[in-house]
Amino acid sequence: MLAKDMNTVYNDTKSIISAKDVSVFYGEKRALKSVSLDIPENQITALIGPSGCGKSTFLRCLNRMNDTIENCRVEGNITVDGQDIYAPHVDEVLLRARVGMVFQKANPFPKSIYDNVAYAPRIHGLAKNKDELDDIVLASLEKAGLLDEVKDLLNESGTGLSGGQQQRLCIARALAVQPDIILMDEPCSALDPIATAKVEELIEELRKNYTIIIVTHSMQQAARISQKTAFFHLGEIVEIGETEQLFTSPNDKRTQGYITGRFG
Amino acid sequence: MSILPLIILLLAMCATGYWYGSKKALSAPLPVRYLSSGNPHQFGLFVVVWGVLPPAMLFILWLVFSFLPIDADGSIAQQIDKVVFPALIMLGAAAGLYMAIREINPKLRVRKSLERCVYAALLLASTLSVFTTVGIVLSLLFETIQFFEKVPYSEFFLALDWSPQTAMRADQVGSSGSFGAVPLFTGTMLITFIAMIVAVPLGLMSAIYMTEYASRRFRATVKPILEILAGIPTVVYGFFAALTVGVFFRDVGTAIGLDVVTESALAAGVVMGMMIIPFISSLSDDVIMAVPQNLRDASYGLGATKSETVLKVIIPAALPGIVGAILLAMSRAIGETMIVVMAAGFAANLTANPLEAVTTVTVQIVGLLVGDQEFDSAKTLAAFALALTLFVITLCLNVIALLVVRKYREKYD
Ligand SMILES: Nc1ncnc2c1ncn2[C@@H]1O[C@H](COP(=O)(O)OP(=O)(O)OP(=O)(O)O)[C@@H](O)[C@H]1O
Ligand SMILES: [Mg+2]
Repeated sequence: MLAKDMNTVYNDTKSIISAKDVSVFYGEKRALKSVSLDIPENQITALIGPSGCGKSTFLRCLNRMNDTIENCRVEGNITVDGQDIYAPHVDEVLLRARVGMVFQKANPFPKSIYDNVAYAPRIHGLAKNKDELDDIVLASLEKAGLLDEVKDLLNESGTGLSGGQQQRLCIARALAVQPDIILMDEPCSALDPIATAKVEELIEELRKNYTIIIVTHSMQQAARISQKTAFFHLGEIVEIGETEQLFTSPNDKRTQGYITGRFG
Repeated sequence: MSILPLIILLLAMCATGYWYGSKKALSAPLPVRYLSSGNPHQFGLFVVVWGVLPPAMLFILWLVFSFLPIDADGSIAQQIDKVVFPALIMLGAAAGLYMAIREINPKLRVRKSLERCVYAALLLASTLSVFTTVGIVLSLLFETIQFFEKVPYSEFFLALDWSPQTAMRADQVGSSGSFGAVPLFTGTMLITFIAMIVAVPLGLMSAIYMTEYASRRFRATVKPILEILAGIPTVVYGFFAALTVGVFFRDVGTAIGLDVVTESALAAGVVMGMMIIPFISSLSDDVIMAVPQNLRDASYGLGATKSETVLKVIIPAALPGIVGAILLAMSRAIGETMIVVMAAGFAANLTANPLEAVTTVTVQIVGLLVGDQEFDSAKTLAAFALALTLFVITLCLNVIALLVVRKYREKYD
């Protein structure tokens, strides 16, 4: 298969996640068909493709968020750091602490900004006392590039921020769990260009310490920030490649159609 | 002439009017018809409305007149009733139909007039319930004022003794009753409190189970069953409280050496709690369902377990709505009568001990109004004072509940 061959070609850095023959069913409906993809460590991998092709579904497989959907079934093999995450002894709750997630629509809790960021550290007992918690919250906000804007508003409600600030708050909240991998499902789709630029800048910054997988509908965004791109179509991966190569000389007609169609 | 043939005749007239009106609208020349402001059906309805309106007006007028004390022996009323009224109604209907049919022409804006009729009917319906509420409050108010002319405020609101037996004749013994309502209100509070202790945790937990844990199939079958609880007549709950739960508590009490009367506040309160479980559970079910899915996703995505998500995200987010649900259920419990009549008795004890018999405001209202009484005796009037006080209390609770629920709505819109 083409997809697999491509994969091995670009396997020069160590891959932290590797998915093999992953199929996902919603009830009878098959949303992903034998998808295989390796995610390189400390790089940004972009997932692109037309609406409904299964990008979000694939992303949710990686931290087992699909478990929360009632009639969803996942087949195949996914390993994170060589460990099968669907093995019976794996606790999906701990997995989600390692593989954080940022959603398409900013979804801060209707709590204060501080409590939003402190939510996960409190649950996981990451801080021994209030000072440590303060440190984690401030450091996460700092990393998310939000600290300067909200320094004096830590006790204000998170839902009162602007859309872009809310999205960065959600990123800060995900960072506070101290994950290794961050999944982002169209994090900029509800944002204006300026807020988008800020979030993109932040994502590139985060790349030093985290592995990031981002779903996006914007070709430009994928081209700008990612190192590796996978093109999904109708539940399959049509093409995987280095971003630059995939956007300049795609191997598959469908890829070409999609990216040129978008550029007009 | 009795009312049934009259109505049938009216209907027949309207049907004819409809038929004729729509036919007349159709008979207009084609080009005009397409541009006209209504279709034949609407012209027909227009005629019918004009046929029904005059009789309806007359009927209301007649109702008002028959309440006015014009004639003493009722013979005039009977005359009007038998002859004049039907004739007038027929005349009115005929005149209305005739005028409407004559009015029909393609330029007539029937669509608009029909729309206005719908508007008026809806307005009437909605104001009627407001007027009813006002009427109820006013009727309570007048009797209550009368009551307080006989019994001082201080006695009613502060005295601790309730025995409303007043004498029918001056020479009877025990002629002056005492009207201290405090034991009644404490009784109501005690029973409501017990009911809430039962209903709030059970109702909330079942709502959480239904929304967050149960599979869709389980929810689809069990939720309706739970809501059946709300449809059981309160008398049946009363039986259950008096004959089953009360006796059970007494037996358990004797077994462990406690003195429990059969008609205890505990039995009534517990059964009342069961009665209001469905209120709390289905209202909180709705507000919990209204918590956006993406908040759950956010919590799970951060590695929270289900129970952590419920406790730290869902309940806080739904809390205002849940509080609203609890307050509504509480006003329901406060107003409940039948269970207490059957299971807690009539004894106005001032006690906080749930194992004793107590009585509530509503039960005493029933007690005051059944049996032969002069209508203006303090005993009868006391019922109105109690009812008004109770009404004010539940009204306050409802208003608070509404305010809380409204605030909650603003949050997620
Ligand atoms: N909870 C669900 N239940 C049933 N079917 C689902 C569910 N979620 C997704 N699907 C189906 O799975 C397929 C893939 O959906 P998915 O959300 O992964 O697409 P996507 O690539 O993320 O699309 P978009 O770009 O519009 O977000 C779609 O056909 C969709 O109808
Ligand atoms: Mg999606």
